[in-house]
Amino acid sequence: MTGFRAGRARMAAAVAGIAGLVLLAILPPSLPAYVVIVLTECLIYAMAAASLDLLIGYTGMASLGHAAFFAVGAYTTALLTTRSGASFAVALAASILLAAAASAAVGVLILRASGIYFMMITLSVSMCAWGLAYRWVSLTGGDTGIVSIPRPRLGFVAGGLEFYYATLVLFSVCLTLYLLLVWSPFGKTLVGIRDSESRMRVLGFNVWLHKYLALVIAGAFAGLAGSLYAYYNGFVGPNTVDLAHSMQFVLMVIVGGPGTLVGPVIGAFIVTLLEKVVSIFTERWVMVLAAVYVVTALWAPRGLLGVLGVVRR
Amino acid sequence: MQFWVNQTFNGVSYAALLFLVGGGLTLIFGVMKIVNIAHGSFYLLGGYLGVALFAGTGNFYVALGAAALAVALGGMVMERVFLRPVEGDDLRQMLLTMGIALFVQDACLLIWGGDPFNLKGPEYFARSIRLGSFSFPILRLFMIGSAALLFLVLWWFQERTRAGAMVRAAVDNQEMTEALGINVPVLRMAVFGLGAFLSASGGVIGTAFMGLYPGLDFEILPYAFVVVIVGGMGSLSGALVAAVLLGLADNFGKALFPEVSYFTLFAPMGIVLALRPSGLFGRS
Repeated sequence: MTGFRAGRARMAAAVAGIAGLVLLAILPPSLPAYVVIVLTECLIYAMAAASLDLLIGYTGMASLGHAAFFAVGAYTTALLTTRSGASFAVALAASILLAAAASAAVGVLILRASGIYFMMITLSVSMCAWGLAYRWVSLTGGDTGIVSIPRPRLGFVAGGLEFYYATLVLFSVCLTLYLLLVWSPFGKTLVGIRDSESRMRVLGFNVWLHKYLALVIAGAFAGLAGSLYAYYNGFVGPNTVDLAHSMQFVLMVIVGGPGTLVGPVIGAFIVTLLEKVVSIFTERWVMVLAAVYVVTALWAPRGLLGVLGVVRR
Repeated sequence: MQFWVNQTFNGVSYAALLFLVGGGLTLIFGVMKIVNIAHGSFYLLGGYLGVALFAGTGNFYVALGAAALAVALGGMVMERVFLRPVEGDDLRQMLLTMGIALFVQDACLLIWGGDPFNLKGPEYFARSIRLGSFSFPILRLFMIGSAALLFLVLWWFQERTRAGAMVRAAVDNQEMTEALGINVPVLRMAVFGLGAFLSASGGVIGTAFMGLYPGLDFEILPYAFVVVIVGGMGSLSGALVAAVLLGLADNFGKALFPEVSYFTLFAPMGIVLALRPSGLFGRS
């Protein structure tokens, strides 16, 4: 059973979450521009990591290929804005739809497997997506990727902060939708499937359909995050969908604490901020990241929230 | 005709390499049930060590054997020290192997730099055997020969020896095997070492074939995974058949549809998954 230990811990978490959101809303005008840029990246990754938590933490499907759907969103936005000058809303909607479609198409296949097989297959699928991004030069630009993606012109806040606030608003919307989803009967069924698939099947639930829908929904949200990432980064290349990137999403989920939604958000902030800070001091960020993986696996399998005792299993 | 014979030959020789990498993974996967992301790192490490040892000794076969043995030892240490404590938890094992893979990747970058390496091997590797209007490079024949030899040795080991029977028992039912008094933890360590050995020898041979560069570890990994998925986990014969299928698919894919060549991996995997989710030779 995963869940907040008691009403009080739950209240504390809710208060902390809302306080965090308020801080993210009021602080940026007084922060240096670089910090705001980093926070934007944190928010985008938090969206993606939380969508992956729907699969890993709530449904018990350890997908190692989530970056593929993130990349579908990123490439869709990159192509639409650079080639046909699509607007923010159009690019966003198209990215979400295409990522959902990709995940619906792949989902039929990968749901044939479960457990450890599922992990290997999702990983292979994302590597195939990497292969497409890398070699299908006429569409994706190959290794050079797609460059100079223009930032959307939204015009509701002055002074370079508009994209940050757009991201924050979308992040809040996503988080609300995730919470509604996991609190709904549908979400409860997913948790039931995670704990015992056969029991849920006996109880008359369509297990396959629930898992399939979870995949498509998570894929759609990953596509949204990917679209924002394309705008944020101004460049999309095959590294968006490489193995390290896919695994980084999983790491974010686990570092924070799977099955909590808040945990993966925190995890995304930790991993992203750590990268920026460590990179100031040393070129060996990858070594540090490797250590984070090993330490998490050995001593913190339930993540930070698990270490703090907020969640138990 | 020329095209088909050449491409088939190239496909089969590539399959030899895929078998070395994928066969090692299928052994590990069968006995340990882990997603070993560090498997490509064994390949990379084997390649770099092979280059260094060949430069030092000048003997390709010594370099091949020593590099593979060294990596096998490293793999056994990794299993004993890191994987043992997280036994039985798929996600934790996977994260751990990812951490080790990243560590190896960065360490290799630190030691050997970012430049690509080549391994010439003995001078006769560059020659070819001519048969009528066809010519077969000796290096590729050596790849096919060494993979075939290793397959036969492993097959004999698995099917005809007592230790092999223990491995097969552990693949099928670990608890029962342990209850019969077989030391499964030692078995797991040995099998992990064997898998690392195969992957590293693939790395040395593969470096002679197509060079070595940073990032190759993660590039070769999905091939190994697809070999295991298509062949069925823990099945050496399955890995062999899958390697040949994929080697051919990859080669003809690259020749006929260069833009989506990596994607040709996807097709055999998709078909097998749709028809036989446990793989061609897998037992569900």
